[in-house]
Amino acid sequence: MSLTANDVKKIAHLARLGIAEQDVEHYAKDLSGVLALMTQMGQLDTIGVTPMAHPLDQMQRLRDDAVTETDQRDHFQTIAPQTEAGLYLVPKVID
Amino acid sequence: MHKLTLTELAAGLRSKAFSSVELTQHFLDRTHQHHDLNAFITVSADSALQQAQAADQLLATGNAGPLAGIPIAQKDIFCTLGTKTSCGSKMLDNFIAPYDATVVEHFNSAGAVMLGKLNMDEFAMGSSNENSFYGPVRNPWATDCVPGGSSGGSAAAVAARLAPAVTGTDTGGSIRQPAALCGITGLKPTYGRVSRYGMIAYASSLDQGGPMARSAEDAALLLQVMAGFDPKDSTSVDQTVPDYSTSLNDSLQGLKIGLPKQFFSAELDSQMAATIQAAIAEYQKLGAEVKEVDMPNLQLAIPAYYVIASAECSSNLSRYDGVRFGYRCQNPADLTDLYTRSRGEAFGAEVKRRILMGTYALSAGYYDAYYLKAQQVRRLISDDFKRALSEVDVLMGPVTPNTAFNIGEKTSDPIQMYLEDIYTIAINLAGLPAMSIPAGFIDGKPVGLHVIGNYFSEAKLLNVGHRYQQVTDWHLQVPKGFE
Repeated sequence: MSLTANDVKKIAHLARLGIAEQDVEHYAKDLSGVLALMTQMGQLDTIGVTPMAHPLDQMQRLRDDAVTETDQRDHFQTIAPQTEAGLYLVPKVID
Repeated sequence: MHKLTLTELAAGLRSKAFSSVELTQHFLDRTHQHHDLNAFITVSADSALQQAQAADQLLATGNAGPLAGIPIAQKDIFCTLGTKTSCGSKMLDNFIAPYDATVVEHFNSAGAVMLGKLNMDEFAMGSSNENSFYGPVRNPWATDCVPGGSSGGSAAAVAARLAPAVTGTDTGGSIRQPAALCGITGLKPTYGRVSRYGMIAYASSLDQGGPMARSAEDAALLLQVMAGFDPKDSTSVDQTVPDYSTSLNDSLQGLKIGLPKQFFSAELDSQMAATIQAAIAEYQKLGAEVKEVDMPNLQLAIPAYYVIASAECSSNLSRYDGVRFGYRCQNPADLTDLYTRSRGEAFGAEVKRRILMGTYALSAGYYDAYYLKAQQVRRLISDDFKRALSEVDVLMGPVTPNTAFNIGEKTSDPIQMYLEDIYTIAINLAGLPAMSIPAGFIDGKPVGLHVIGNYFSEAKLLNVGHRYQQVTDWHLQVPKGFE
């Protein structure tokens, strides 16, 4: 199985990841190679095997539903690319 | 001063043979002198000297801990309040973290001095440190060679004596492989042993921070500070941290060593095999017993890893959107353009490959075939380890298929690079602790011995490493020009 240039463009769009037009073919080739490596897993019969999501099969720990964080908006926004009146700015979404 | 162990440095500080300020200045000078290794992304000289002054005052009170006043350096994946944390990426080239990682906090409260932040592959994705936005790191043993990765700056800094000990992180071998290629001691702890809070995420079910030092004895002191339960990390394990230094000298009489058949296949380089066998023979002299173990599913570790790691990476790295922090492209036309171009312009090729691969593996219609299948393979690999470690105390083998390779040698084919981690990756899938210790040289380049233990057996691994280092001097060798 291999990925075409169109597949790469589609995946890149899903990931909101800009790929230069001249690099698309190159990514298609590289990713097809990696995909071929991944399909080696097909040789193993895994019917009935419980998927392992966590190395220690730990469950998500819960904490009390209590406020533990203080308001640090100004502190966090000092590293933001663009803010105004305490808000993060992005290009206009609705006209 | 750069030749002393952590214990000797601590004693020197207490006997006032030197002050922390003098010690810190000495390592800052070395870092400056050898800056062409490119081991550091940021040298934080001013804050280091301030910390050293504070440590000298603390030492004078007589209440200082073992690492007080000792200079260390952090892999640039750990968030540091007020000092740039780039994770080796253009995306975070302007990022000053608003908080300290738990690991950094631990070092700060121990009174350690931070010399700076170490170079690494971008977002810890790589096995050669060539994927860093800040350029490759050079291996002190052969400066035209890579130091390994992703903790390449960490390994090079310790090998070149630019820092007595440092931190690293290991998602698929990123502590052990560079430790092996640079001839130092590196320990990847059990998943959950060291807090991941403030450690920039790559593949969250695999990432684990750990110590990189010259000897197991030094690594034990470092892990003592790093390990522990952290309520801020949802996968941190609430288990008592033992004293890692007290068991270092335990006898290895009767230690059962398992040698996975799959680690010693015909494909293993003959010189590598001979070096590893010689190290194992040394253990037999120390009273250990050796037996072969079979781990049939190991061969599928690389495919399973690249599905799981890529999937988790694509999810984790979706936070870099050019809105709240990090790189933002110039003059975005609209919101989609802002996301797409900011990410496209700031991520390097390997990071892009993994985001694309992970997005594909998680996309509708492919989830079962890739992600679910990989998690099932992960279970089978983990079961192989469980079975083997029920019969023996530790597993041993090579860390890498080869010694340090030339810069540029493996960059054209990503799969060639992935195969670098063929012996290390399975351990992350299982979540086990494992260590690389210096075990010899091939053509002047270091070889690492891989020691893998059961969950939370870090003390045993350090004991196994330390006893070997009492009867060998591989870990005491210094690369030429760095004496």
